[in-house]
Amino acid sequence: MDQFVINLIFVGASFALYIGIAIWARAGSTSDFYAASRGVNPIVNGAATAADWMSAASFISMAGLIAFVGYGNSTFLMGWTGGYVLLAMLLAPYLRKFGRFTVPDFIGDRFYSQTARLVAVIALLVMSITYVIGQMTGAGVAFSRFLEVTNTTGLFIASGVVFIYAVLGGMKGITYTQLAQYVVLIIAYTIPAVFISLQLTGNPLPQLGLFSTHTASGQPLLTTLNEVLVELGFNDYTGNHGSTFNMVLFTLSLMIGTAGLPHVIIRFFTVPKVADARKSAGWALVFIALLYTVAPAVGAMARLNIITTLYPDGVAGEPLAFDAKPDWMLNWERTGLLRFEDKNGDGLIQYYNEARPPARAVEEGWEGNEMVTFNQDILVLANPEIAQLPGWVIGLIAAGGLAAALSTAAGLLLAISSAISHDLIKSMINPGISEKGELLAARISMGFAIALATYLGLNPPGFAAQVVALAFGLAASSLFPAIMMGIFSKKMNSTGAIAGMIVGLGSTVLYIFTYLGWFFIPGTNMLANTPDNWLFGISPLSFGAVGAALNFAAAYIVNKMTGDAPAEIQELVESIRVPKGAGAAVDH
Amino acid sequence: MSDKSTDAYWKANIRIITISMVIWALVSFGFGIVLRPLLSGIPIGGTDLGFWFAQQGSILTFIVLIFYYTWYMNKLDKEFGVEE
Repeated sequence: MDQFVINLIFVGASFALYIGIAIWARAGSTSDFYAASRGVNPIVNGAATAADWMSAASFISMAGLIAFVGYGNSTFLMGWTGGYVLLAMLLAPYLRKFGRFTVPDFIGDRFYSQTARLVAVIALLVMSITYVIGQMTGAGVAFSRFLEVTNTTGLFIASGVVFIYAVLGGMKGITYTQLAQYVVLIIAYTIPAVFISLQLTGNPLPQLGLFSTHTASGQPLLTTLNEVLVELGFNDYTGNHGSTFNMVLFTLSLMIGTAGLPHVIIRFFTVPKVADARKSAGWALVFIALLYTVAPAVGAMARLNIITTLYPDGVAGEPLAFDAKPDWMLNWERTGLLRFEDKNGDGLIQYYNEARPPARAVEEGWEGNEMVTFNQDILVLANPEIAQLPGWVIGLIAAGGLAAALSTAAGLLLAISSAISHDLIKSMINPGISEKGELLAARISMGFAIALATYLGLNPPGFAAQVVALAFGLAASSLFPAIMMGIFSKKMNSTGAIAGMIVGLGSTVLYIFTYLGWFFIPGTNMLANTPDNWLFGISPLSFGAVGAALNFAAAYIVNKMTGDAPAEIQELVESIRVPKGAGAAVDH
Repeated sequence: MSDKSTDAYWKANIRIITISMVIWALVSFGFGIVLRPLLSGIPIGGTDLGFWFAQQGSILTFIVLIFYYTWYMNKLDKEFGVEE
């Protein structure tokens, strides 16, 4: 069967499933729409959270990020999972007890201030909208590669499907489609990984294969990988070649940012009890870890596979000839994400590090690295082809990549639309709105959010790569500290919390824009983005943790100067801290 | 529930959170990054223990931490009679 038809069947079947779920799980009330009526089983919620959290970046990009840096990019693995420990212990159970629908809802009520609510809404909208752009473009890329439609058509199809289940079902529809999407994406990710691990090491578990003996060379896989990389002039894979300080700070920023992302937090509002919120965070991490412990194996093995393909007789032997390129290279060259150039005209592909060329490069007249482009995103998508797996595995990867992008997009869109209909319309503009009116407002906001996301996906503002750093920086420096202080400090008052959020948000945005340009417009940065220029050597990507610290400090000082929160608020915090009575808090 | 037992419940919660956070930081920032050179003598399949913690061990420890915390808090909730 033609590969295109196989892809179409896999993607079409998965989409039919999502739409079927949407029709079954329609939302009848605002409680359905915002929080699936708090009736979601904690394990189901764990899987839905995993799909909500694992975006196109986790599914498509992360293994490539690790493959081309090695140990240094372990930051993503630790950072994007460590945040769940913070969620489980510092935020989720108490927010569930509080029993509201959105994150600004908590901040507004706890700090008895519409200003605090508004600051939280603004932070939420900026981070969620920037984040959703990446999901829409990711879906577009997957469509264009696997279904041979243009990016634009692909985006419209993706938006249409999300529209159906998000507008109809709200959180209820999204929860059960995310469950299905988790199943699709985890199968799609692990099947090729198991095959590759078997091929290279004979061990079916990639997590163990990574540390096993490489069958072809008879020594540990990582030893072989280190050797061939060093031979070609690259850094070895397992060594630390960056700043330890920034590695710590970046990991911490990702952890705090993960815990502060509103679209993840609201998932914990859907479970019946406080104890379920804790349990659900554990299950979410189990489901996430299934992909996150496989990703580093995929990265290392794919890197080794690429080198063995380019040097069929070993790195000391003759490189691959241009006319002997395997099919997958030809397929991906058409997308422009992979490019070769015969610089010395000898008909062979020399792949090495130009900055530190090996001795043979001079002796044999190599004139530069000839694999001129290798976009890290193709690593996972091309994996089944590189490992010569059957066509249905490729179809599965197509459905999996789309599931990862769409599940995260839906979660973000719900966070955006509920902030508009619940926090802006119901809480601030028109408190007298009826239940029916609010549900309609929520659906209209969702429609608008999808239209905006589609527009931004079609016209990406050219800074899609950096926006993730901004989203995490904002979450880490604004929402996380405010929520945490709202729970752990009874005395924290509204002035302190607002000052903290503004200082945290302001310093982080300022620091990122100073080095990456105002609104990421090239050329508008005030200082060159090099380690010499960084304040105390802190990379702009790692600044979220510093912004969070500034937030805490500012809030503490201002609180000391302006007096403690009123007695009834302190009592409210006492009640958030114990699980008992969560049922009553639901109807507010 | 009296204020006194609320305080005791919260103190016990803070204590378990603090212990968990120490372990959380130790396996990731510690073993995975800063203390890696100290663990370089312990080989694991072509690399060392620190690398394993950075790419596998820290994540597995996080899972154990959350489930332990969940179990511990359920027990604590019942002890103090604040469960739902």
